[in-house]
Amino acid sequence: MNGSFSRTWSKLTESMLFLPTAALLLILIADFFLIPGFFNIEIKQGHLYGSLIDILLHGSPTMILAMGMTLVIATGGVDLSVGAIIAISSSVAAIMINPTIVGMNLTDPRLFINNPQYTWAPLWLVFVVPLVIATLCGLWNGMLVSYWRIQPMVATLVLMIAGRGIAQLITNAIQIIIFNDTFAFIGNGYYLFPFSLYVAAVVFVGAWLLTRRTSIGLFVESVGINYRSSFYSGINERRVKLFAYAFCGFCAGIAGLIIASNIRTSDANQIGMYTELDAILAVVIGGTLLGAGGRFSLMGSAIGALVLQATLTSMLSFGVPASAITAVKALVVVVVILLYAEQTQTFLRGVGKVSLRQEATR
Amino acid sequence: MPDSDRDIVVMTGIDKSFPGVHALQNVDFSLARGEIHALVGENGAGKSTLIKVLTGADRADKGTIAIDGRTVSPRSPLHAQELGISTVYQEVNLCPNLTVAENLLIGRQPTRLGFSINWNALNARAREYLKQLGVEIDVTQPLGSYSVAIQQMAAIARALVISNAKALILDEPTSSLTALETKQLFSVMRKLKADGIAIVFITHFLDQVYEVSDRVTVLRNGSLVGTYQTAALSRLELIRLMLGRTITDLDDMTAHKMESSHNIAVESLLEADDLGLSNSLEGFDLSLHAGEVVGLAGLLGSGRTEMANLLFGVDKPDGGTMIMDHKPVKDFSPAASIARGVALCPEDRKVEGIVADLSIRENIILALQAGQGWFRRIATKEQYEIADKYIKLLNISTPSADQKIKNLSGGNQQKVILARWLAANPRLLILDEPTRGIDVGTKADIQKLVLSLAEQGKSCVFISSELDEVLRTSHRIVVMRDRAKVTEFSGQVDEKGIMQAIAGSVS
Repeated sequence: MNGSFSRTWSKLTESMLFLPTAALLLILIADFFLIPGFFNIEIKQGHLYGSLIDILLHGSPTMILAMGMTLVIATGGVDLSVGAIIAISSSVAAIMINPTIVGMNLTDPRLFINNPQYTWAPLWLVFVVPLVIATLCGLWNGMLVSYWRIQPMVATLVLMIAGRGIAQLITNAIQIIIFNDTFAFIGNGYYLFPFSLYVAAVVFVGAWLLTRRTSIGLFVESVGINYRSSFYSGINERRVKLFAYAFCGFCAGIAGLIIASNIRTSDANQIGMYTELDAILAVVIGGTLLGAGGRFSLMGSAIGALVLQATLTSMLSFGVPASAITAVKALVVVVVILLYAEQTQTFLRGVGKVSLRQEATR
Repeated sequence: MPDSDRDIVVMTGIDKSFPGVHALQNVDFSLARGEIHALVGENGAGKSTLIKVLTGADRADKGTIAIDGRTVSPRSPLHAQELGISTVYQEVNLCPNLTVAENLLIGRQPTRLGFSINWNALNARAREYLKQLGVEIDVTQPLGSYSVAIQQMAAIARALVISNAKALILDEPTSSLTALETKQLFSVMRKLKADGIAIVFITHFLDQVYEVSDRVTVLRNGSLVGTYQTAALSRLELIRLMLGRTITDLDDMTAHKMESSHNIAVESLLEADDLGLSNSLEGFDLSLHAGEVVGLAGLLGSGRTEMANLLFGVDKPDGGTMIMDHKPVKDFSPAASIARGVALCPEDRKVEGIVADLSIRENIILALQAGQGWFRRIATKEQYEIADKYIKLLNISTPSADQKIKNLSGGNQQKVILARWLAANPRLLILDEPTRGIDVGTKADIQKLVLSLAEQGKSCVFISSELDEVLRTSHRIVVMRDRAKVTEFSGQVDEKGIMQAIAGSVS
């Protein structure tokens, strides 16, 4: 029995999903004891309501971002510009619903103030155009990294800085309020569960199918591990990277729509601030190696995003002031670094080995 | 046998297991002051593991290590260095962008008043150390601007300077050296031996074992076969000890080759006309035929790899033309070459061949999958079938196709890379040093494989530094010198004729 335990244990610890899942469970167990009513789920106005649901609702954009970021990090890169792309995509969506550009009185304010049906452009275009633009932003990053051979961190820094400026230009530096209820539904609505969770699930399944049911996932990993060997094997390494960054931009575009919908405004200056760091952190918690690239796990990254959101929601429920949340995030970073250190990993595997050895001596 | 108080290192009953592999079983090894001790065995025999245990990179499960009669357990390569054991690895692990002098003395810089580095003294001292090894170079140049041989000398010098080594381990030091550089290295080794330093010399070249070593220890499948006085052991006996069987006469391969030469197609598969790249390779003419093995002979740096890279599209030529299937080739890239049915098994296995963290299965199907594109994924079941087929065909020793390739020994990694290209089913297969760093048995396997591929109607280009190997496998031999094609031999030619062509006395 002991033997089967240690074999299962070593299999568990070698799995990429072990640490993120364990972390999520630990946080939830702590919540169970420390925060009364954390696990209460009620049905209010026909949908689920409670702290756990909050985690899913607010974790969705990070989960979506983490999908794209996983592929980018797996190729050995990183994308710092997803926050800026969020600003661009949400600004484009807002301006298409409500083009109140100063000096361009396209619409009479009486048409849209408190009018839950108003949209200037057809609603389907409001979704499609920002996503196309976000994907183009990602392509730009990919061009810089794969064809111009610029370091990913530097290459994406360009858009990280310029992106918010572009978003400000689009909205003429005005916070645009979105009155349209249909648009607001994707970030606020529920079909029992938050609607954004369904979006995240579709992105996750889509990303999984796209990488694991085609050869893209293998190529991404191969390029991340050894791009020269990949080149010699006939893999178009540049195109693989271009794809990863474009997909990352696309995901940021979706996240931008959800966040803008959730807060019913587009604030080019603030929206999606520091989300790139959340996305990177989620991917790292999920077990994909930042910097080295290679093996990736989309499921790990999704759980990583939930770990992050669960920590934040717990801290807020526990009474930590929102202004101190960044310090909590820093703590998460430290814990993650310690957990993924080689020594910890060896130790974890060792726990299984010791009991195997004990069994052998018996 | 040297008496025991001359022994610097005594390893007794060393045992080491990795998941799925019993790498060392009860191995004894001793190293005496002032001897060169060769360590030989096939790939996976346990040479590397034994060295890793000695240098603290791995811990033995059982057994003891004594240095100068004191029992020690090296915790890390650094700790082993403090104990007097230094290692120079196959891949020089110094910093190529620092100067030679900096590489030699980093951490031991002579200083002025305790802080600022005294560069003149540093350079002078570095020059002095290298001179002792018989190397006189400009030590203020970046290390990377020198040949691998010089870099290796620098690594040896550093090992001696930094750690005051009593024992020096040289892991395959000659695998990328030219004959002349090898001689130079040997004279350095003899000098160190005369100074009382013990040297462990790991190599696949049996000639070199006989040329330089005093004793030889043979390992096989993780067990000790024995330690022998080199001079008293015949070459045939040594091979027998390494393989555990008598090697089948390789000469029947020659007969085999003669027979298969009837299959060579008259029409050429690929035709190069004055194909060249400035600053890399002078324009050359070459025609390759189905069913034929063309050997490329020449010294390291003579342009063999450059030619392979042009034929495979790694580099784009800037002169001449290449015609394949009667059509001029315009798109030069590995991907386009694979689509045309050309494959290259590259020279540098670690950097250009393996994808370390992927499994054997994924490594094998990589080129085939790249040829099929992004959306026509090979089904997982089919991937296993392909992988298992080649694991069996090439006799790759691994518990399963899911093993990461980095856990395999060098020879088995090479077989996986070969399998990658065989799976892609090319019409022209270019093999750049496919047998480097590989044991005798596997070498013969690969040579036979190349001939049987030609027999199946494939065109092969076979590149090797070992002349006898080129002679044995090739129907036609192209000789390279100074980054140009010098001449071509078809039919009968002996080793001497080729050597003359390489040396330049025949044009």
